[in-house]
Amino acid sequence: MKEDKHVITMLVDNEPGVLSRVVGLFGGRGFNIESLSVAETVTKGVSRITIVTKANPPVVEQIEKQLNKLINVIKVRDLTNVDAVQREMALICVKASPDNRAEILRIVDIFRCKVVDVGLEHFIIEVTGDEGKLTALLSLLHPMGIKKIARTGAIALMREPK
Amino acid sequence: MEMTGAQILMAVLKEQGVDTIFGFPGGAVIDIYDELVKTDIRHILVRHEQGAVHAADGYARASGRPGVCLVTSGPGATNTVTGIATAFMDSIPMVVITGQVPTHLIGNDAFQEVDITGITRPCTKHNYLVKSVDDLARVMREAFYIAQTGRPGPVLVDIPKDVANARTRLNGDPQVRIKSYQPTYKPNMKQLKKVVGLIRKAKRPVLFGGGGLILSDASEAFTEFARQTRTPVTTSLMGLGAFPGSDPLWLGMIGMHGTYRANMATGNCDLLIAIGVRFDDRVTGKIDTFAGNAKIVHIDIDPTSIRKNVQVAIPVVGDCRQALERLNALIAEEGIVDFDDRHRGWLDQIETWKKQFRMAYDQGEEVIKPQFVIDKLFELTQGQAIVTTEVGQNQMWAAQFYHFDGPRQFLSSGGLGTMGFGLPAAIGAKAACPNRQVVDIAGDGSIQMNIQELATAVQSCLPVKIVILNNGYLGMVRQWQELFYDRRYACTLMDHQPDFVKLAEAYGALGLRATRPDQVAAVLREGLDSDRTVIMDFVVEKEESVYPMVPAGANITEMLLV
Repeated sequence: MKEDKHVITMLVDNEPGVLSRVVGLFGGRGFNIESLSVAETVTKGVSRITIVTKANPPVVEQIEKQLNKLINVIKVRDLTNVDAVQREMALICVKASPDNRAEILRIVDIFRCKVVDVGLEHFIIEVTGDEGKLTALLSLLHPMGIKKIARTGAIALMREPK
Repeated sequence: MEMTGAQILMAVLKEQGVDTIFGFPGGAVIDIYDELVKTDIRHILVRHEQGAVHAADGYARASGRPGVCLVTSGPGATNTVTGIATAFMDSIPMVVITGQVPTHLIGNDAFQEVDITGITRPCTKHNYLVKSVDDLARVMREAFYIAQTGRPGPVLVDIPKDVANARTRLNGDPQVRIKSYQPTYKPNMKQLKKVVGLIRKAKRPVLFGGGGLILSDASEAFTEFARQTRTPVTTSLMGLGAFPGSDPLWLGMIGMHGTYRANMATGNCDLLIAIGVRFDDRVTGKIDTFAGNAKIVHIDIDPTSIRKNVQVAIPVVGDCRQALERLNALIAEEGIVDFDDRHRGWLDQIETWKKQFRMAYDQGEEVIKPQFVIDKLFELTQGQAIVTTEVGQNQMWAAQFYHFDGPRQFLSSGGLGTMGFGLPAAIGAKAACPNRQVVDIAGDGSIQMNIQELATAVQSCLPVKIVILNNGYLGMVRQWQELFYDRRYACTLMDHQPDFVKLAEAYGALGLRATRPDQVAAVLREGLDSDRTVIMDFVVEKEESVYPMVPAGANITEMLLV
């Protein structure tokens, strides 16, 4: 059966060990995690976890059900086939020699990124966008030489009804 | 009035109706024990913490009330893990209280410190580390609530020593509400009506019940449903006793060591109504062809059980008993179908299968057949004993030859398959039901995994009866080696065993032995009539195997029959 990418978001009690329950569930049952992000919401004591996973439809069904079964998980939603916005962020440290500094800045401009650190031989670029945008940017920066990269997992929210 | 954590713990245990605790003291729980002995809660001192958990498990399975155990930190806590995993796999309600080092030492690798909530996270329904005495009452109440509701399971509460000693008022509401935990009890009526529609159309239906029936006290409704619709019944190992083993509609157990007719009926039915089961691989054999001609209805309280292993035509999430009671009402309401007439051909076919292969063995005059021992035990206890088992051949023969008429009568580690379960579970069952005859059917291998609990039975005056089917082998593995590994008996021969009769005597129990078939009844009679804990050592046929057998991964209709 075909495995598709799914963005699963959930609200959980913000208690010690909750993340470990969620991640342990994925590990123990052989579900895959492509990326993970977690932070508090505006409601006190409630956090949001967003997990990107690759799975076929019956496995996705199991993932959702198993997550719902965890006592500390309040609500689970698969945002894959619904109208949702999705973002991730990366910090990219790219080599900057005198002959490609201008080119890098042009790319930064086109992609509406930001330079957040600059030195004689490098830029650190901050970029936010969906996965496609980040991949495209990285492929353009790759020839310049990427020294280091830090990427967040995806986060997503369902759009409100218009 | 301010109370210590230990006093609050006792207050909540009393509030929850706890009358018995199985445990083993230690430094981290010494304050809790100091309070425990001031209450009227009975404490049963085990010899190993694994025994405490299995005993609490046996208590829960026999009584339907949550089992409770209390152990110390570190090794006390890690020793409970097998018992917790056993209860988790079989959905047994249980609260395990572990001591922990004082909060300021947590994470410092203190003496007898272990991260038991971390270790047991995948094998508990939920667990807690209580960091403040103000949370203790709430956590304990939630633990009992979670353990018993929805699909039951073990809940562990880890209590640091300083929390047990800290003082606060007993606070909070005994009524528990957890917003993120609301199990579905009430089944969807539309789905149930569809089920009734399928029942009215089916020509070759089979009812397949599991442990969920026993956990939800649904046996009565289940039996009524089967009789009302004249539908033949099989159950998993965990469901034995949910339907009377003496009823003509009874097919016997399904699965790897199920009866010929149960497996054939499942393979050939056109409607399989599965209730309170989870389609374990020991039941289904080759999953792609399981009940290949049937529409499958699956009723279970746990949504994750549904469509986990098999695809189903009609899923119903809800409590088994409520679903069955509503189904019974719907069928009665919708008027009379002559199910007798409709299913006549199907029931005749099943009768033919029954005649083709009976559960049988050939008891000669020299060597005792293990099946014969169970047969005699069934006869002499009039089928009324609570039977616990160890794991392996002893377990399968007990399931095949002791015909259980009622629920909570057959207590066996089905999911995890834990050797060493039977003896402590029997002790727990005896504590719950002191007036019942409780018999552990054991092998000579598995009995030795928790044999130390003999001392518990004797000290606590819980006279359980242990039937050892002694063949000098780890019999089930030997059987696999015989059938699938060209009789290479790799490390399954146990040619040195203790003298179980002397061992029993050394523990202060009664030891009896039978080596010939004509001694079996007399030994059983003496052992069952005794008011002491008894080991009955039956020296049986060394290389007897359990049949029928479905080889792992084969279709369940492809059985080895001899």
